[in-house]
Amino acid sequence: MSVLLIAEHNNKELRPFTYNAATAASKINEDIHVLVLGNKSDGVAKAASEIPLVKKVIHVDNEIFDNFTAENYTSTILKHVDNYSHIVCSANTFGKNLMPRVAALLDTSQVSDIVNVISEDTFLRPIYAGNAFATVKSNDKKKCVTIRPTSFDPAPSTGGSAEIVKSDPGDKFESSKFVKREEIKSDRPELGTARVVISGGRGMQNSDNFKLITAIADKLNAAIGASRAAVDAGYITNDHQVGQTGKVVVPDLYIAVGISGAIQHLAGMKESKVIVAINKDGEAPIFSVADYGLEADLFEALPQFLEELNKLNSIQK
Amino acid sequence: MKILVAVKRVIDYNVQVRVKDDGTGVVTDNVKMSTNPPDDNAIEEAVKIKESGKAKEVVAITIGDDKAQETVRKALAVGADKGIHVKVDGIVEPLAVSKILKKIVEKENPDLVFMGKQAIDDDCNQTGQMLAAILNWPQATFASKIEVKEKSLEVTREIDEGLETIEVNIPAIVTCDLRLNEPRYASLPNIMKAKKKPLEQINASDLGVDTKARIEQIKVEEPPKRKAGIKVASVSELVQKLKNEAKVI
Repeated sequence: MSVLLIAEHNNKELRPFTYNAATAASKINEDIHVLVLGNKSDGVAKAASEIPLVKKVIHVDNEIFDNFTAENYTSTILKHVDNYSHIVCSANTFGKNLMPRVAALLDTSQVSDIVNVISEDTFLRPIYAGNAFATVKSNDKKKCVTIRPTSFDPAPSTGGSAEIVKSDPGDKFESSKFVKREEIKSDRPELGTARVVISGGRGMQNSDNFKLITAIADKLNAAIGASRAAVDAGYITNDHQVGQTGKVVVPDLYIAVGISGAIQHLAGMKESKVIVAINKDGEAPIFSVADYGLEADLFEALPQFLEELNKLNSIQK
Repeated sequence: MKILVAVKRVIDYNVQVRVKDDGTGVVTDNVKMSTNPPDDNAIEEAVKIKESGKAKEVVAITIGDDKAQETVRKALAVGADKGIHVKVDGIVEPLAVSKILKKIVEKENPDLVFMGKQAIDDDCNQTGQMLAAILNWPQATFASKIEVKEKSLEVTREIDEGLETIEVNIPAIVTCDLRLNEPRYASLPNIMKAKKKPLEQINASDLGVDTKARIEQIKVEEPPKRKAGIKVASVSELVQKLKNEAKVI
């Protein structure tokens, strides 16, 4: 019984959620091997070998992996799964796109988006936008599991020295071609891992007003989130969306501004440790999950909030 | 060109889902059901492509019990030409759904298969990718923009880091994001007309697909309840609470 963890990376470094997935993998079995598929990605293989939980790294370096397409990943993963009982990766857009393609070809019914490992074959996962939790037992011989990264702490990244074994790619898939990626670069913490998140909703009224949120995010070193309504309305780009079909965040502090609290938004943030809601509608459902609710016009409250923060002697970073 | 669109009947997205007392699932009796929201986007996109003259036929398919037919009727009312209802009772896992869809693809020979990126009941996000795998077709998941070219599609995908554009050769699978388009409503005359459109019924058992569950659902529970919060009277009170009580800033 061993676990094969598929690394998510950008050819230079491991993406942070790979460390969270490693922690989840270690709860399934201690014999964790990491498969790194990349192009000019020696640094990634080395980083994976330094995770103390990892026993072995299999590294396949080839230009077909330059853009991490599920089709090219799948043929190579299938060449390497023989000795493993579990194939796992994080349940973000990378893993969601990839894992079902692998699972189907192994004739395995995938267990998606687990938030806890109960035993090697039994897992806890949210369903219905987190309004219910299902305990499920996989009866397939090989199990394909994706991991909700924010439900597991990141594994330590240094101190290990696992063996790195080079291997060969599978067939190149010819019917799909990468065109471009528009990544939104930001100096802020990543939404998925930030300690503080401040999100705006439809109540922000336009994209310009998001600068009220930005000013507070700067002060609190927070990531900026948004409700689907705000993204749909074009106030802010899709990579900020928090919710059932966006990102799931579990920060220490989540501040929801002008967000009514639709079921699908709550699914993405209601596990946050402390939730603040600022909304002028006192009946808004967001108040039902808020630890601190402020019934106020956000256009008055946000400038005041910034002013109060400026008065503090120190702010946690 | 022919487009097959898969639609699923789920609990309406506005319903507050309740867990059954015996822990066997969630309450579905007397609960409003609807088409899975991103499946509406999938139908809309297929119909739009047909209206642009780039497709000749849109076929809507659903898999489920007798009532699942409503979902296909709705698809017919917004512009699909033909419906297929594969009848099966109980939960069908995405792996089995993809195997059923493969049988239908072999029968109908569509050039494209569209569906929502995720069903809002089981939140699995698997079926499209699985179907692409077993057909050995390219997959364009989480699509927020589709451009139909001569022998390919250029698809913009929503990913965690922003947007990604890929080109997939036809035949291909596309799973649709909610931002792909604005689904239209069915007008009453079109709902009436849809009743006359062909709707083929097939028993899943006749397709030779094993739909037995591979995953045992041991129990379903309510999520842990959050402790009731308080309302604060002012911004300064809020900041004091966050600093001194919650100790998060």
